[in-house]
Amino acid sequence: MDLNILWFILLTVLFSGFFFLEGFDYGVGILLPFVAKEDNERRAIINTIGPVWDANEVWMILAGGAMFAAFPHMYATLFSGFYVALVIMLCGLIIRGVAFEFRSKRDDPAWRSRWDMAIFIGSLVPALLWGITIANLMRGVDIAADFNYYGGLLPLLNPYALFGGLVFLSLFITHGASFLGIKLVGELKDRVKKLTGKIWVVSVILTVAFLIWTYLATDILNNPGFDGLIPALLAAVSLLAYGWFLRQGKEGLTFVSGGLVIILATVMVFTGLFPRLMISTLNPANTLTIYNASSSPYTLKIISIVAAIFLPMILAYQGWTYWIFRKRISTDSSDLHY
Amino acid sequence: MDPVILSRWQFAMTTIYHFFFVPVTLGLALFLALLETKYVISGEEIYKKMTKFWGKIFLINFAIGIVTGIVQEFHFGLNWSEYSRFMGDIFGAPLAIEGLMAFFLESTFIGVWIFGWDKLSKKAHLAAAWMVALGSSLSSFWILVANSFMQNPVGYVIRNGRAEMTDFGALLGNPNVWYQFPHVLTSGVAVGGFIIMGFSAWHLLKNKPENNEFFKISFKWAATVALVGSILVGFIGHYQGQYLAVSQPMKVAAMEGHWHTEQPASFSVIGIIDEENHENPYEIKIPAALSFLLFDDFSSEFKGLVELEAEEVAKYGPGDYIPPVTLSYWSSRTMIGSGLLMILLAGLAVWWSWRDELEEKTLFLKIMIPSALLPTTAITAGWLIAETGRWPWIVHGLQKIEDAISPTITAGNVIFSMVTFLVLYTVLGFIGIKLMIKYGTSDPSAVEGQGE
Repeated sequence: MDLNILWFILLTVLFSGFFFLEGFDYGVGILLPFVAKEDNERRAIINTIGPVWDANEVWMILAGGAMFAAFPHMYATLFSGFYVALVIMLCGLIIRGVAFEFRSKRDDPAWRSRWDMAIFIGSLVPALLWGITIANLMRGVDIAADFNYYGGLLPLLNPYALFGGLVFLSLFITHGASFLGIKLVGELKDRVKKLTGKIWVVSVILTVAFLIWTYLATDILNNPGFDGLIPALLAAVSLLAYGWFLRQGKEGLTFVSGGLVIILATVMVFTGLFPRLMISTLNPANTLTIYNASSSPYTLKIISIVAAIFLPMILAYQGWTYWIFRKRISTDSSDLHY
Repeated sequence: MDPVILSRWQFAMTTIYHFFFVPVTLGLALFLALLETKYVISGEEIYKKMTKFWGKIFLINFAIGIVTGIVQEFHFGLNWSEYSRFMGDIFGAPLAIEGLMAFFLESTFIGVWIFGWDKLSKKAHLAAAWMVALGSSLSSFWILVANSFMQNPVGYVIRNGRAEMTDFGALLGNPNVWYQFPHVLTSGVAVGGFIIMGFSAWHLLKNKPENNEFFKISFKWAATVALVGSILVGFIGHYQGQYLAVSQPMKVAAMEGHWHTEQPASFSVIGIIDEENHENPYEIKIPAALSFLLFDDFSSEFKGLVELEAEEVAKYGPGDYIPPVTLSYWSSRTMIGSGLLMILLAGLAVWWSWRDELEEKTLFLKIMIPSALLPTTAITAGWLIAETGRWPWIVHGLQKIEDAISPTITAGNVIFSMVTFLVLYTVLGFIGIKLMIKYGTSDPSAVEGQGE
C-alpha cells in the first residue's frame, strides 16, 4: 500500500469523524427550537454539546488541512469551484460558533432567542451544504483539463445533489436526536424521543430513495472493481437497527447505530470514489485521483509520521473528555455553563 | 473590477480581523494559566476568582478568534487556488500539523476548562489551562512556519510545475521562523497584559473598596507580564529587522522610506513619502543611524528601493517590484512608536503597582484604559509591513500575487463574499467588544456563577 492510499483512507477517517461528531452537533442545533420550550430547556440542550462542539469542529478543520497537505489539487478545485456555497457555509459556522458562547451572556430573552436562531441556522445550513457537496462529489462535476471547475453555483444545485443534501440533513438530525436521548433526562428527553420516531421514518424513506437514485445516476455503488455497495447496505441495516433500538428504549444502542449510519455512509462515498477524489463529468482524463492530485511522496511521508504520532493522542484525550462529561444534563441551572 | 484586487482586500480584511483576537488568545491563555497556577499552589480563593473573571473576557475573545480562524483555513482554496496548487506540497503540511498538534489541544481543553471546574481535581483543571496555552502557542508556531516559507523559501525544489518540499528540517529551521515566532508570541504576552491593565485601571478609578485588592493584584500581574512582553518584543523586533535587512532588503527599505543607496545609510525619523518621484520631499534624518540599526556600525551601505528594484528586474524580468512604501513607512513608525510607548507605560505600571501607589496616579490610570489597544495597533501595523512588504510576491521570488488567484471566481463572487464577511465581522466585532466591556467592567463578586 502506498502513502497515497493511506491518505485516502485517512481522509475517509477524518470525514467520518467529522460527520460523526459534528453530525450530532448539527442535529442538536437543528432540533433546538423544536424540542425546547423554556429557556432552561434550551440551555440544557445547548449544554449537551457545550464542552465538546469546538473540538468536534476541529475534525472539519483537520479534514480540510489534511486535504490541503495530501491532495492540494482537490483542496484547490473543491474550495475555489464551490466558492459561493462554501462562503455561505462558513458564515453559518461563524454565527453558530459565537452563538454558543454569547447566548447566555445576557439575560434579555430577545437576545437569547436571536442567538438560538443563529444556532439553528448555523447548524442547518452547513449540514445541508455538506450534504449537497458530498452528493456532487458522488455525481461528479464539470472539471476542466486544468483541474478547475468553472460552472459556478447553479449546476451544483441539481436535483440529485439537493436531494442528497436533504438525506444528509435528515441523517444528522436523526443522529442528533439519539445523542439528546443519551444526554438528557426527564420530560425534555421524552419529548425528544417522541419526535425521534417521526424523524427516523423520514430519514429511512429519504435514504432508501437516495440509494436507488445513487445506483441509477452515479457509479458509486457499482464503481468497477471497488464499490460502495457493501457499506451502503450496512448503513441501511444500521438505520433499520436504529428504529428497532429506539422502540426497545435502548438509548445507547440507538445512538451507536445512528453513528454507524453516518460512518458507513461516509465510507460508502469514499470507497465508491476510490481511487478518484473528484470526478470530472466532462472528460475522465480530468478526474482528480489520489495520484494526480497528491503531494510529493516526501511530503506524504512527513505528514504520515506526524499523523501516526498525534492522531492516537487526539483520540485518547478527546475520548477522555467524553468520559469526564458523561453525566446527563438536567434543566437544573447548576448544570448549565453556556 | 479585478478579482485579484478584491481578493487581496478580502484576505487582508479577514486576516487582520482574525489577528485582532489571536494575540489576545495567546497572551490571555498564558496569563490565565499563570493565575490559576498561583491559585493551585497558594490555595488563595482570590486567584481563582481572578482566573474566572478574566477568563470570561478570554472566552468571548476566543470564540471570535476560533470562528474567524475557520475562514482562514479555507481561504487559500477559496480565493487562491493557484497558490494552493503551486504551494500545497509545502504549505499544506504545516497547516495539517497545526490541526493535529495545536487546534485539537486548544479546542478540546478549552471545553474541559470551561465546563470542568467542578468535575476535575484542581491540578487536572490547571493542566487543562496549560494545554490551552500550549495549543495556542503551538498553533502560532506552525502557521508561522508556513508564513515564513512565503517570506523566505527554504528546503524546496521547483518540480512538476510547483514548489515541492525536499527538507522539512529546513522549513522548521528557517531563520525567519525563529525571529517571527518569538516576535508574535511576546507581542501576544504584551497584549494580554495591556488588556488586563486597561480593565483593572477602569475599576481602580471607580475605587470600590471591596474590589480594589482584586484589581490591584490583577494590575500588578498584568503590568509585570506586559513589561516582559514589551521589552522582549522590542528586542526581538530589532534583531528581526537586522535579519530582514539581509533576507528581504526591499521590505526594510520600504519600511524606512529609503529610496536610494547610501553609505552610511541615514535614518528617516519622520517624513513625507512621494512614491511617484521616488523621494521624500520633507523629512528629518539622522545620519548613519540606519546603518547602525541594521548593521551595528556607522559605515555600512544599505541599498535603496530604486537600486533594489533594478536588481529584481535583472533577475526576474521587467515589472514593478517596489512595495507600497507609504503604507510600510507609516506602519513601521506606528509599530515602533507604539512599541516604545508600551515599554514606557509598562515600566511605569510596574514601578507604581509594585510600590502600591497606583490609586494616586489617576491620570496614569486614565491613560492605561485606551492603551489597552496599543499592542493591537502595533501588531496590525507589523503584519501590514510583513505582508504588503513582500509585494509583488505571494511567495518571495517564486510566485507573484496575480498568478495565485483562483481562475474560477468572478469579481461578483468576491464582492458577495467580501460584503458578507464585512457585515458579519462588523456585527460580531461590535457585539463581542460590547460583551467584553460588559464583563470586564462588571463587579467581580456579582458575576460569579453566571453563565460562563
